[in-house]
Amino acid sequence: MTGNFNVSSSPHVRDNSSTANIMKDVCIAMIPTLAFGCFQFGLSALIVVIGTVIACVLAEYLYEKLMKKPITIGDFSAVVTGLILALNMPPQIPVWMPILGGVFAIIVVKQLYGGLGQNFMNPALAARCFLLISFAGAMTNFSSVAMNYDSSSTATPLASLKAIGIENAMEKYNMLNIFLGRIPGTIGEVSTIALLIGALYLVVRKVISLRIPLVYIATVAVFVFIFGDHNPTTVLYHIISGGLIFGAFFMATDYVSSPVTKKGQIYFAIFIGILTGLFRLFGGNAEGVSYAIIIGNIVAPLIEKSTLPKAFGREAKKA
Amino acid sequence: MSKSFERFYNGVIKENPTFVLMLGMCPTLAVTTSVSNAIGMGLSTTAVLMFSNLIISAMRNIIPDRVRIPAFIVIVASLVTVVQLLMQGYTPEIYKSLGIYIPLIVVNCIILGRAESYASKNSPIPSFFDGLGMGIGFTLALSCIGFVRELLGGGTILKGVLPIDKYPNGIVAIPEAYRISIFVLAPGAFFVLALLSALQNYFKAPSATNTSKSSESGCGSCSACSGNTNVKEEIKEEIKNSGEDK
Repeated sequence: MTGNFNVSSSPHVRDNSSTANIMKDVCIAMIPTLAFGCFQFGLSALIVVIGTVIACVLAEYLYEKLMKKPITIGDFSAVVTGLILALNMPPQIPVWMPILGGVFAIIVVKQLYGGLGQNFMNPALAARCFLLISFAGAMTNFSSVAMNYDSSSTATPLASLKAIGIENAMEKYNMLNIFLGRIPGTIGEVSTIALLIGALYLVVRKVISLRIPLVYIATVAVFVFIFGDHNPTTVLYHIISGGLIFGAFFMATDYVSSPVTKKGQIYFAIFIGILTGLFRLFGGNAEGVSYAIIIGNIVAPLIEKSTLPKAFGREAKKA
Repeated sequence: MSKSFERFYNGVIKENPTFVLMLGMCPTLAVTTSVSNAIGMGLSTTAVLMFSNLIISAMRNIIPDRVRIPAFIVIVASLVTVVQLLMQGYTPEIYKSLGIYIPLIVVNCIILGRAESYASKNSPIPSFFDGLGMGIGFTLALSCIGFVRELLGGGTILKGVLPIDKYPNGIVAIPEAYRISIFVLAPGAFFVLALLSALQNYFKAPSATNTSKSSESGCGSCSACSGNTNVKEEIKEEIKNSGEDK
């Protein structure tokens, strides 16, 4: 007995879920994707992943040490941030760029706002956008020496779709290759099957609910179908290529920066789905998942406020 | 003379318009991509500010109170036109790179703020020095922000400020591949402004979040445009009340 008898009022939670356990589950869920990325893109991808994770953890440790705050690297949240950021990087990127991004994510986006739980947007995604704006060339260069097949082509499936239309894009990368992940792209987004295995693990472990991912993907599908070329193949192509699956299951479901109310989560997912569709179909870039999610993060408090459930026993106020 | 010097010191350090009063954010964030732009913007604002303060202060007894804002704007706009034509004639490069932000000096809230809170209540000579101090403070602040942004984003130091024939690109400090171009874009301006304000707080210099000793004539005391604590308290109270209603 430690002598800690602070009994709170009921209900008492009997569960060993903690931040660290949840974050460990997220790490485990990313292992298939990680393994596939390293298998596909070789050593350079592994270096990017290791460098980014170390940068994130070290940044968190040093900041908290210098600010004389409790050290929170044990909760694995910095590891998760590092992993997500690294999986968002193209494999051939000079490793100092994701390291800079990791430091930015932890210090500026997370710690300066008060640490885990206080950040107003997903740190990894904010860092990705920071890098995308700063180093547009390196961040969109997907030529990888480790991919010996089709080495002349550097355009991702989505970029091909935008540039040469669905038939030609299908010829270049067929659905099976996209589903398996034998395509150029960022380290983590390429393999739909590996991502789905990880997502399944998260859902089984009840770390994430399917509400945000499914509504998000469905919204993108409907949007692309209506405003695109009304072709179901294009819709499927949009869903399984690019960062949509990765974003929907691993980034849009971030506890801190997405709404907590059920209704709010649905609105949030629809909102980012529409934005993603808009960016992909009408924007200048082929991809728009990360921008859509961080804009959604900014709107999340507003959504939460407007969907606050009525406390039991209180009358709904008449307008 | 001592009062004039006090006004000057007040403008540069104690009530620095950018770092302490957080006024004039639009040009601060928009034109500080390099030191040369920052100095151009700062000095043109200084010129307008000095003479607008002088003229407004001289005319303070004949401008009717109810139309004072339009009257101030007319004076400021005339001066800005003069500055704009002069810059177009003598410094066409800076004129081009500052673009729309030169005519926008008319609505720069530092100028109206000083006119309203100082020049319209004080005699011409201190007002003139108040304008000079504020302008120099503004120029220094913009140059600090511009220096960091130019270095990190563009990789050069003092490009366009050092003699052109000797250093056509300034001092190149960072090679092309290592420049973080977000710093010459709008988000970078926020990062650098926040960083410099944080440094000021750290060294306990007066800053926007650390203004317990701001003098009464300052713009900080007028609740219309600054983060006056009373107003914030009122808003908090309101939010609290509306929350209780539910």
